[in-house]
Amino acid sequence: MILIQGLYKQFGKLEVLKGIDLEVGKGKVVVVIGPSGSGKTTMLRCLNVLETPTNGVISIEDNTLDFSKNVPKKNIAEFRRLTGMVFQSYNLFPHKTALENVMEGPIIVKKENRDAARKKAQALLEKVGLGDKIDFYPAQLSGGQQQRVGIARALAMEPKVMLFDEPTSALDPELVGEVLKVMKDLANEGMTMIVVTHEMRFAREAADEVIFMDQGVVVERNKPEEIFTNPKEERTRKFLNMIQ
Amino acid sequence: MKMYLNSIFADPERTARLIDIAQSSFLPLMKGAIFYTIPLTIITFIVGLLLAILTALARISHVKIFQIIARIYVSAIRGTPLLVQLFIIFYGLPSIGIIIDSYIAAVIGFSLSVGAYTSEIIRAAILSTPKGQWEAGYSIGMSYSQVLRRIILPQAARVSIPPLSNSFISLVKDTSLASLVLVSEMFRKAQEIAASNYEFLLVYSEAALIYWVICFILSSIQQMMEKKLDRYV
Ligand SMILES: Nc1ncnc2c1ncn2[C@@H]1O[C@H](COP(=O)(O)OP(=O)(O)OP(=O)(O)O)[C@@H](O)[C@H]1O
Ligand SMILES: [Mg+2]
Repeated sequence: MILIQGLYKQFGKLEVLKGIDLEVGKGKVVVVIGPSGSGKTTMLRCLNVLETPTNGVISIEDNTLDFSKNVPKKNIAEFRRLTGMVFQSYNLFPHKTALENVMEGPIIVKKENRDAARKKAQALLEKVGLGDKIDFYPAQLSGGQQQRVGIARALAMEPKVMLFDEPTSALDPELVGEVLKVMKDLANEGMTMIVVTHEMRFAREAADEVIFMDQGVVVERNKPEEIFTNPKEERTRKFLNMIQ
Repeated sequence: MKMYLNSIFADPERTARLIDIAQSSFLPLMKGAIFYTIPLTIITFIVGLLLAILTALARISHVKIFQIIARIYVSAIRGTPLLVQLFIIFYGLPSIGIIIDSYIAAVIGFSLSVGAYTSEIIRAAILSTPKGQWEAGYSIGMSYSQVLRRIILPQAARVSIPPLSNSFISLVKDTSLASLVLVSEMFRKAQEIAASNYEFLLVYSEAALIYWVICFILSSIQQMMEKKLDRYV
């Protein structure tokens, strides 16, 4: 249901993505690993078009953007609504409460009725375990709580796929678990997810597939137990040794 | 100095006269403040602020021509004295057939000035909002103008309230320059009163005191606002 074909991204002279091909089935969870600078973040950002790819085709269900041609702004905005993005640094809106953060998209973008949006936002915050914190401002929440609000905010737009960019790497170790639990629940409910993370436990327990990226290409992809215990490529092996 | 004090306190008749003048000029001065100084300040600040937001947006836009126009405007206003600008508008423009009422001339002059100076404050505030805020807005499907209005400007407003309050307080005092283009604001009233009774020190000091009280009240409001806004950071 998600298809990436020949994805290239250049920043000036620096070629960061050098032809990524990837398909992710509906309801699948894909974990992306790889060394710093290999282009993991850039790939996610291309998927929700925060970066405009230099070339390539991306499609989600029957929506397709072909970057070998000029893509109209309107198509980008529509396409973006199919994806939900969770940022490493949460990026919550500091002047809005948890509830308002979650309601913002549905009200402003989807023009939903305020009461309906409020009910839905409340339910989402309960789902991520923050039912008692809905009126708190981000500054009053711990990192783990903020990240869970971030997940609820993305879910409120009812995306087809959730993109996570190292959602736990800014967190204190004791707060990582609560965020991963929410993500696992989501995976179990059948959400399609692409997760950049170095949490190998999460990859083992929740991923259908692990992808190893290096220097702008997908080096290896396999089931988690396979890739972790029996990597085929030398580069994958080296990387796994380094982080374990 | 000594003579002046002597003349006040040694001579009961003069003391009475001064008290009388102080009392009788209070009402006209307050009228000048309430009907001219304060409305002039508020109107020019609002118009100036709108101008400043537009200018700030033009300066951060990717459209070259907007950037250039905004830069020239800011540079011209900041590079020339406010008094000279007011004279050009009120005394200068009539020679090319543009005759503007003194009050309107003052509104135009001060608004242009506020717009240029505060556009820098607003631009800095917008730029100080982390890039992640734009991206978070875009990622939930918002458009440029939606992110700007709902996410960036409210945060920028929070950062810019202290410097903007300072501009506002300066403006209260700057409006006294409008006396020179014949707006009957408080200081012009003071000049008229003093010209009729020659008690310059007394009347001008009284005007100064009223400016001070107004600015003191505004500073207190500013402090209250900043406390309230500290709720979230
Ligand atoms: N906006 C940008 N402008 C210029 N270069 C960029 C930009 N964004 C990323 N890069 C460069 O692209 C390369 C890949 O960056 P990216 O953030 O995608 O890597 P990553 O795999 O996510 O790394 P990390 O594990 O450190 O997050 C890096 O060399 C980075 O410096
Ligand atoms: Mg990254």
